Amino acid sequence: MAGVMEHVLGNEVGRLIVGLIVVLIFSQLNALFLVWLERKVAGHIQLRIGPKEVGPFGLLQTIVDGLKLVGKELITPKRADKILFIIAPVLVFVPVLVPFIVLPFSKSLPLNDMNVGLLVIFSFSTINVLAILIGGWGSNNKYALLGAIRSVAQNIAYEIPLLLSVLSVVLMTKTLQMSKIVEAQSSYWFFLVQPIAALTYFICATAETNRAPFDIPEAESELVAGFHTEFSGMRFGLFFLAEYTNVFVVCAVATTLFLGGWTGPFGYSLGIPGIIWFLAKTYLLVFVIMWFRWTFPRLRFDQLISFSWKVLIPLALANLIITAGVIKLI
Amino acid sequence: MAMINSEPEVTREYFLNLGPQHPSTHGVLRVLLKLDGEYIVEADPIIGYGHRGHEKMAENRTYKQFMPNPSRVDYLSGFIYNHGYVLAVEKLMGLEVPERAKYIRVICSELNRISSHLLWFGTFLMDLGAFTPFLYCFDDREVILDLLDSITGSRLTYCYCRIGGVAKDIDDQFIEGTLSFIKRLRSRWTDYHNLVTKNVIFIHRVKDIGLITKDIALKYGVTGPNLRGCGVPYDIRKAEPYEIYDELDFEIPVGEKGDIWDRYMVRLNEMEQSCRIIEQAIKKLPRGPIKASGVPVKIAPPKGEVYFPFESARGEAAFYIVSDGTEYPYRIRIRVPSFSNLQALIEVLPGTLVADTIAILGSIDIVVPEIDR
Repeated sequence: MAGVMEHVLGNEVGRLIVGLIVVLIFSQLNALFLVWLERKVAGHIQLRIGPKEVGPFGLLQTIVDGLKLVGKELITPKRADKILFIIAPVLVFVPVLVPFIVLPFSKSLPLNDMNVGLLVIFSFSTINVLAILIGGWGSNNKYALLGAIRSVAQNIAYEIPLLLSVLSVVLMTKTLQMSKIVEAQSSYWFFLVQPIAALTYFICATAETNRAPFDIPEAESELVAGFHTEFSGMRFGLFFLAEYTNVFVVCAVATTLFLGGWTGPFGYSLGIPGIIWFLAKTYLLVFVIMWFRWTFPRLRFDQLISFSWKVLIPLALANLIITAGVIKLI
Repeated sequence: MAMINSEPEVTREYFLNLGPQHPSTHGVLRVLLKLDGEYIVEADPIIGYGHRGHEKMAENRTYKQFMPNPSRVDYLSGFIYNHGYVLAVEKLMGLEVPERAKYIRVICSELNRISSHLLWFGTFLMDLGAFTPFLYCFDDREVILDLLDSITGSRLTYCYCRIGGVAKDIDDQFIEGTLSFIKRLRSRWTDYHNLVTKNVIFIHRVKDIGLITKDIALKYGVTGPNLRGCGVPYDIRKAEPYEIYDELDFEIPVGEKGDIWDRYMVRLNEMEQSCRIIEQAIKKLPRGPIKASGVPVKIAPPKGEVYFPFESARGEAAFYIVSDGTEYPYRIRIRVPSFSNLQALIEVLPGTLVADTIAILGSIDIVVPEIDR
């Protein structure tokens, strides 16, 4: 048995296949865990406890809810575009799994440490926007379309300062390879030297994942009912899980770029394995994003967009120019 | 009806329906919006989806049998309406109510006012996207509901006031519970102000939006916190005092411009003033009977009519009772503040963004069943 494992893992293809299976399992477990975490965090912030009945501490609640969603009837609106309607949830869910291949969980663990790792992550997360538009258009629903349009405008507006802040870090490390970026932070984490970029990135990441206070596209109380209104059952479930997985991915990228990935503070690992550092930091950022949702009211749509174009982009640009200047001088 | 054309008319403006089933219109309200892009050109509130025939019921029931109905007209200020109804009938009959009963009724009315404002606070913020204050407010409200439940027997729709007094006396447990509740509520103000009032996102969504100016308010008969928000210090408890309000010392919070922010601050400050009223009333609570003596079993007021206005949580509510001398009223007309408050939207909404509609609607605090009765 051990011989077989070694043979499989030694072989490049074998290693990839095993890795992909592990990535799939991990991302699903992670999504389930995050849904549970959100409900518990929401509960405690709201002076209640959240799920506690199903499983110890309500941990099995998400699985049970997923089973419920699977059992629901998949209703397709009468004049909806059938192909687009079926593709949209899939298109939202699959690209979100790709970044797991390049995320540097620990020194040896990025499944395929591509030298354009960062680019891969951001290019696949942009497909999210397309999928939302397809979902909104394919629903044949005035409100869903309005929600999808707003979501596209929001995502485009916030994509720019996101990439600008990431560029500031890339200028410093001169590489797009995730593991090298982490290694460049072995003496100090980048958020100490790039606080503005870190803050901008975090705000844009919250907006990219359509989380509160930027959650107009999926808001239930606004005039528009949200782009995923017409999707029932597991189709909605896919949108839902994709959102939480996306939250994990952006937080993981933030950890890699600004919080040092799997390194300990100032290089002291304190005997804790790298993967634990990585996961701890990522989940801390995820908790902060959840904290935002239950604390702040929503921004009005035009305020949201003007905040990005008039405040974040100039800020991120200025940061980039200053970074470039400082690097040139030093 | 217009002829059916072969092609639909293409205009720049389009119609959008807000409601009647919508998570944010508080009740079954339908607002037909004519939009030009994101800006509202015309707004037309359409009501009647919740008509229950309360005023018709009044014609076929005796004064005593009608008593459960006023609470259900505006179920959030249920006690205040119940109180107003018995006050109107007592005025028609010329009945004198013992002091202790008056104080008890005022204490419970003010508790009801606080609970209505708390619910408004929670739902208004939920419409804006902040879900958490809703649960905090309901947590506070639970205490009020439990307190009132212990003496009246109901949590939401009360029938505790009787023509001539109240049904049951209050005990020390109620008084202690009320005082400790007030203390607890006062400690909440810091939380609410820190988390909501000072929140930049919230301020940007409510400042200078939804201006109900003084002229619009006076034109449509807007009353309550909406009127006080634009600077008019009109509160029936001070303008035409009833019960013991003229013996108590409280202020009327007033706003400046009439935007959502002013109405929000007026309601928050009103809750504090209600706390003051309750404390004073409890301190001055006299001993004595809780029901007037000599109230006839058959309530048949003399022929005549009375218009009795009182301050509900939403504004000036009133009972206009016409009596023909029998024990069945000839006509009971209920003047509800939300009816007039809603009409101001016809002038306030045009020119605003559709995204602000929900915020403005939430800020005028209407209860749609009250409009439809």
